[in-house]
Amino acid sequence: MKAFTYERANSLTEAAAALAKPGAKIIAGGTNLLDLMKLQVERPAHLVDINRIPLDKIEDTAEGGLRIGAMVRNSDLAADQRVRQRYGVLSRALLAGASAQLRNKATTGGNLLQRTRCYYFYDVTKPCNKRDPGSGCAALGGFNRIHAILGASDQCIAVNPSDMAVAMRALDAQVETVDANSMTRAIPIAEFHRLPRDTPQIETTLKRGEIITAVTLPPPPIGKQIYRKVRDRASYAFALVSVAAIVDAADGKVRSARLAFGGLAPKPWRVAPAEERLIGAPASEQTFDAVASDVLDGARGHGGNDFKITLTRRTLRAVLTEASLT
Amino acid sequence: MDESGHRRIRITRRTVLESGTVTAAFLLGGFPPFALSAEGSDAEAVTPVSVELRVNGQLHTLTLDPRTTLLDTLREHLALTGSKKGCDHGQCGACTVLLDGRRINSCLTLAAMHDGQDITTIEGIADGEKLDPLQAAFIEHDGFQCGYCTSGQICSAMGMLSESRAGAPSYVTENLAEAQPALTDAEIRERMSGNICRCAAYPNILAAIKQAAGAPT
Repeated sequence: MKAFTYERANSLTEAAAALAKPGAKIIAGGTNLLDLMKLQVERPAHLVDINRIPLDKIEDTAEGGLRIGAMVRNSDLAADQRVRQRYGVLSRALLAGASAQLRNKATTGGNLLQRTRCYYFYDVTKPCNKRDPGSGCAALGGFNRIHAILGASDQCIAVNPSDMAVAMRALDAQVETVDANSMTRAIPIAEFHRLPRDTPQIETTLKRGEIITAVTLPPPPIGKQIYRKVRDRASYAFALVSVAAIVDAADGKVRSARLAFGGLAPKPWRVAPAEERLIGAPASEQTFDAVASDVLDGARGHGGNDFKITLTRRTLRAVLTEASLT
Repeated sequence: MDESGHRRIRITRRTVLESGTVTAAFLLGGFPPFALSAEGSDAEAVTPVSVELRVNGQLHTLTLDPRTTLLDTLREHLALTGSKKGCDHGQCGACTVLLDGRRINSCLTLAAMHDGQDITTIEGIADGEKLDPLQAAFIEHDGFQCGYCTSGQICSAMGMLSESRAGAPSYVTENLAEAQPALTDAEIRERMSGNICRCAAYPNILAAIKQAAGAPT
């Protein structure tokens, strides 16, 4: 680990001021950041600890949704009765991620900012445009079975590893932030994560000095909520493919559907035409296959991850079949 | 021990093997405390931090290199070597301790982040000579072979049982709305998946935890 100076911030104002220092970075749960600092993938010169700032509440909103403080731990969010009863897809996604020990530490804000698990990003002896812009991408011609089939670029094919963000994408969450000038804004989660294009090192639309304060969920949409995660182990492994689905179906017909995917792309993936095709359509295998083709429009394998195309098709079919059973 | 965080640790062949000869030489020569805690081999300037930790009920005031993880603080500064360093990346669970009663990986957090908080390690789980029901059950059911993961398994199981008593669900809980999901075998396995046992003593670990779950606490 490279040396850094450490500062405990007691308020958002203090944190924002501290974040202006050269090489400063915020530490919340630390489960991803410290892992990367030990490998010198992350090398902050100054750490701003925000664990004492009271952002750990889950509150009902006037609209009938929830406002989740940025410091709410993943385990607390998953176990909250309101989340379990009204946003089951979020509770399930959280419980599908990491281990119980990590979930006790990992925060809502930190989870949104977790870095990719691409092996080459982690290995500082290998080229990686995300870690070291301009150095190349070792994953393109390398071992890439966990990598992206959608939304990638010729600079980077890393996937976003979050389960939580996939459920939040299906729920149309908003990410609330504040900056050093106390300016606040709400970023729709669809616009929060960026595609890599020519700058894979820039992963979100957060501006320098901007701090996540909360995530808000609109009132829960009507329909059955499902989170299906396919991975190499039954527990404690990242997704190869995951699907967050909220589907309202009755009498063999789908009335509305939202589908978000993990493990496929550099950000939680949603495809509007796929969801539109489901509206009013018969809940049949033929429909589900056509929906899968919409989702996989433009999908491209890189050798090791070609199987993800078939796996996505089959996982989606299983999820939609389960969702439309009444 | 002096409370600035430098404890005299008896040098054994194992210490030398584990820490590397350079660190061991520092220990013998009584170099400043920071030589011990600096994880990196680089000799960068370090601004120390002051931390107060209550470990197993005892208050410690320490001055540390900010890089010092909670795990290294416990092992290297407080000589509480029950918590193990397996992977040092939050993947194996051997370093599991309880932070204000909740299980965490002590390798993936900095001691500086826990000023004023309560830490319970495997050394603090028994009541004097009386073993905790979990410890007794691990012995009775032979819940280990080499024993390296055991401290983490027991601390983790302790945290898991209190999560379960508080009604927390898991990935395999069928009905999320259920206030108190039953602690079935599948539930215990899923909830303990952050603790790896490379000897694969899992069936006996499961039996031990099941017994302790039913025991009065």
